[in-house]
Amino acid sequence: MELKRRGRRRVVVTGLGIVSCAGMSLDKFFEGLNGPAPEGDRRVRDFDPTPWLDVKQARRGDRFQQFSVAAAQMALDDAGELDPDPARAGVIFGTGVGGLETLEKQIQIHIEKGPRRVSPFLVPMLMANAGAAAISMRLGWRGPCETVVTACAAGTHSIGAAYRLIAWGRCDVVMTGSAEAAMTPVAMAAFSNMTALSTSGESRPFDRRRDGFVMGEGGGALVLEDLGHAQARGARIYAEVLGAASSADAHHITAPLPGGAGALACMELALEDAGISPSDVTHVNAHGTSTPLNDLAEAEALAKLFGSPTPPVTSLKGVTGHSLGAAGAIEGVATALTIHRRQIPPTVGLEELDPEIHIDVVTGGPRPFEDGAVLSNSFGFGGHNGTIVLATFRD
Amino acid sequence: MSAGRDMKGDRSVENEAAFEKFKSCAVEVLQVPAEKITLDARFSDDLEADSLEVVELVMALEEAFDITVEETELEGVETIGQAFELVTSKI
Repeated sequence: MELKRRGRRRVVVTGLGIVSCAGMSLDKFFEGLNGPAPEGDRRVRDFDPTPWLDVKQARRGDRFQQFSVAAAQMALDDAGELDPDPARAGVIFGTGVGGLETLEKQIQIHIEKGPRRVSPFLVPMLMANAGAAAISMRLGWRGPCETVVTACAAGTHSIGAAYRLIAWGRCDVVMTGSAEAAMTPVAMAAFSNMTALSTSGESRPFDRRRDGFVMGEGGGALVLEDLGHAQARGARIYAEVLGAASSADAHHITAPLPGGAGALACMELALEDAGISPSDVTHVNAHGTSTPLNDLAEAEALAKLFGSPTPPVTSLKGVTGHSLGAAGAIEGVATALTIHRRQIPPTVGLEELDPEIHIDVVTGGPRPFEDGAVLSNSFGFGGHNGTIVLATFRD
Repeated sequence: MSAGRDMKGDRSVENEAAFEKFKSCAVEVLQVPAEKITLDARFSDDLEADSLEVVELVMALEEAFDITVEETELEGVETIGQAFELVTSKI
């Protein structure tokens, strides 16, 4: 793999944190991705914020913010002694929605008890940037602290933005990722009425019987670090971030461009940004939501980009469900683990490949990962496309 | 004569009951141990409560005591004792 650095600094992944129904530690999560899928819905059951937040902080933070801080703290602990210059340490942490549960509860209070009973904490709990803000306060990091809100692409876009902050020299360390906790009755009804949710309740990415996504929630966090900074402190390196891309379909608020043209353009941009060619790619972590339109469009894009056969493709959403804005970060964590542990998780839930889909999907069990580059895709309502390129680290 | 002043001397049974109710609101909203809710405890220094938390406490007290406290009445209220006096003056 011949890398064209173009004067950028090299960026590596040195810490990971996860809040997922598949597992609440890196080991349990990665094991959980092999299936079987959790029984029932994809809530993070019995989530207890108190290991990461005191009772008062937990009370002042929406569930999505609790996920954000928990994942970030796990990633920080995982990274070892970072000790960055606070002015050069940033936080780029996304979400699709923000504090929806809090908003719904306060709307109900407003209706039942009137305006005088609406919580003074509604605004700081509802705002989409609450997660990023809470992380920067906890860590004392004073560099850029921003939130990307691009629906289901928010996590992947966050990682891309964090990568650029380091590659272009503004930051030495960035805490990035995303979180979502939008499994409220109103949101479930809304997604159901737009016929996005699976009526069978089964998440079956790329399967001929797939009938929509299964809603999930959670959070993922990654510590991205300048390579020199990481090596100076002897950090363990999971993977290198080679590049990232972001583009828009400019087509329809929910449907992807026909033929996967948007996904294809984004992946091509990502390869160009990373300075690599399709033959360098040894795995794709797909968006693979289990909706009829997404999976077909993404598969068409992959087939066009790679020809036949494609590199091994997997979608984690058979296990994790679709956690909206958290998905990209959860999958980013999984991708870094895939590279580091040299094992590709299978696409759980896929029993019979859609005959219109011509890609090599990993099924039945994990497959060995061949060292190289990995694309991780996310596509969001609004036509937002995101791809990041992670790769085996070679000094 | 305000009820709050009574607290310092001859404490009536009613006042004690009111303070217990006040205390449970404060414990719930401010998430501090009950023994920290004393009349001379200061919101900012002793209870680590910021202005939004005081607003939230007042909302809980309005509900618990069925009273109305205007925002302007909170000016200068810095201790539990002052807040309790404000509440009992309205019962």
